[in-house]
Amino acid sequence: MPYDRMLSRRALLRSAALTTAGWWAAALSVEAANPPIVGFIYVGPRDDFGYNQAHAQGAAAVAKMPGVKVVEEEKVPETVDVQKTMGSMITLDGATLLFPTSFGYFDPHVLKVATQYPKVTFLHAGGLYQEGKHPKNVGSYFGYIDEAQYIAGVVAGHTSRSGKLGFVAAKPIPQVLRNINAFTLGARSAKPQTTTQVIFTGDWALPVKEAEATNSLVDQGIDVITCHVDSPKVVMETCERRGIFCSGYHASQAALAPKGYLTGAEWNWEGVYTDFVKRFQAGEKLPNLVRGGLKEGMIRTSPYGAAVGAAARQQAEDVRAQWMAGTFVIFKGPLQSNTGTTVIPAGEQRVQTDLSLESMDWLVAGVIGSIK
Amino acid sequence: MRSAKQQDIVATLGLPAGALVVSLLVFGMFVAGSGANPFTAYTLMYMGGFGTWFSWQNTLQRAAPLILTALCTAIPAHLGLVIIGGEGALVLGGLGAVVMALHLPGSTPWLVQLAMALAGMVAGGLLILVAGALRHYRGVNETISSLLLTYIAIAVFNHLVEGAMRDPASLNKPSTAALGEAYMLGMLPGMEVHWGLVYGLLACGVVYVLMSRTVFGFAARMAGGNARAAQLSGLPIGRLVLTGCFLAGAAAGLAGMVEVAAVHGRANASLAVGYGYTGILVAFLARHHPLAIIPVAVLLGGIGASGGLLQRRLGLPDATVLVLQGILFVVILASETLRERLQLMGRVAS
Repeated sequence: MPYDRMLSRRALLRSAALTTAGWWAAALSVEAANPPIVGFIYVGPRDDFGYNQAHAQGAAAVAKMPGVKVVEEEKVPETVDVQKTMGSMITLDGATLLFPTSFGYFDPHVLKVATQYPKVTFLHAGGLYQEGKHPKNVGSYFGYIDEAQYIAGVVAGHTSRSGKLGFVAAKPIPQVLRNINAFTLGARSAKPQTTTQVIFTGDWALPVKEAEATNSLVDQGIDVITCHVDSPKVVMETCERRGIFCSGYHASQAALAPKGYLTGAEWNWEGVYTDFVKRFQAGEKLPNLVRGGLKEGMIRTSPYGAAVGAAARQQAEDVRAQWMAGTFVIFKGPLQSNTGTTVIPAGEQRVQTDLSLESMDWLVAGVIGSIK
Repeated sequence: MRSAKQQDIVATLGLPAGALVVSLLVFGMFVAGSGANPFTAYTLMYMGGFGTWFSWQNTLQRAAPLILTALCTAIPAHLGLVIIGGEGALVLGGLGAVVMALHLPGSTPWLVQLAMALAGMVAGGLLILVAGALRHYRGVNETISSLLLTYIAIAVFNHLVEGAMRDPASLNKPSTAALGEAYMLGMLPGMEVHWGLVYGLLACGVVYVLMSRTVFGFAARMAGGNARAAQLSGLPIGRLVLTGCFLAGAAAGLAGMVEVAAVHGRANASLAVGYGYTGILVAFLARHHPLAIIPVAVLLGGIGASGGLLQRRLGLPDATVLVLQGILFVVILASETLRERLQLMGRVAS
């Protein structure tokens, strides 16, 4: 190789290194500057058509706000990895507001890192904050998505011809049971004989099992399926291929099932996150615990698909109006579980903020399936 | 003229170093193909993995569990066995440690920690022991059986954590009861890295001595080299295989104990996040040498640590890091084929 060419290559390398070093220094110096750097951390891929995509859409909305810089990291497991990711966003990127979006990040990971960096604000999706027990720079928020699942249930109940609905669920934990129950109660408010067959797959992201569960539900004559797994993609695609209706979860999956998609229960993280960041920029103290549903704008439903009839739309919109007015209650007595016990006696009702709903360990009558 | 030993050292250090450089070049092309500047990527990887004190701690912390799970594959490799069940042994190790801690309330912390470590090692060891026993007595392929045993171990673990051993207060993330802050392992003095790193370094040292300086190690390597010849020399193959497998599982089980006692404080699904599988990669890259495992684990820890920065600064997907790991794996294994040719060339030259 001629000497001069070697030199030029070396010069090229050097200039590249200098450029990156300069860029690096510029990147680091942002720390002191005014525009806040906001970090988002996802447990799965951010384009999963589900849980993580819903949060990533929120992050994208924040990134469009003037004077805000967003940094994102996906597929961060709920181990020491997320602690180091948070630390890295703070020390290397200069982030001052973090959104660790997975439920399992909170204890012990967020709690631990929040104590190490008391000047950074941590807002966690899960609604787990306890006053006096957890660091003050931690906030936790969550939405009552069962409100939207109830509306989706109304639509499913009206649309189903067989009166048999299906639910592909990850684990029999309170949040999931609450969705199954709300969906079923919504459907039975439309047609009282409707049943929901539930299948628990055992974990949050098991695409093969989710497809098997969906197929077996379709084989049983079920004609509307919804789910509560991290990525509803497989369930929705399988429903569409088998020619039945489906109802989405987390984000809109309408694009995956253009014929069969009825509606869906979605998070409105765009609204929630831009609101948080706006208040953060204004220097307000953010509340440590934020919970809300349709009325508070934390939750929304997907636009109705073409297959949704007039009666379904009318009842669904009627329920929505009651949610917006703050008068609707899903869980009210007399309410029987599917094992025949009375879970809420006649005359009693459990409003959305009722803490006893958060340790739900029963399935309402009309659900075919067992928690054990 | 160089001696055979010098040539060996050159080959041992030079080949992996060369392979690393080649991998980084190939990776650079991949990065350029994804529309990012490869030189920026290199700088970011250096900064994220090794550029600051925080980055070093990040790297070492990520390396810690990999050192232990790599031993789960490396020890049986000396016996000629390919064991890939580290993930299962890790999970059971964590479970064993929790069971022990919850049954020893009120004892002094160091005693509980010791008992947890032993319980974790026994639980993990027994799982891989089963794979070894199936291999020796029934002729079942140990690679397949250790992988399948991992699935069983994780299923049993989930069943217990979500059923009999579940803390009723762990509503939406089923977990066992907590150990209690007093029994946690804590961090190494002066850094944000837990004690698992020291355990891993000690374990590698012990395994190195065991394999290269003891009768057991000699016998094990002989059995691994030629089982038939070892048998004819009167070596107890069965005992060697069972012991080797138990020690392997014990190393991964200890990693599980550390995850429970230093990170999570309880056992839940977050134990099964793939440390066992990455450990296989580390063991193969280190060519199953117990001391080589340490730098390889640190390298992979560094790649993991810098992966976040690549995502955040360059907008590259998370899979970028997996691509680099894959390239590294293929190139290092391919470079092995050069080893003999290199030695041959050296011999001809001398």
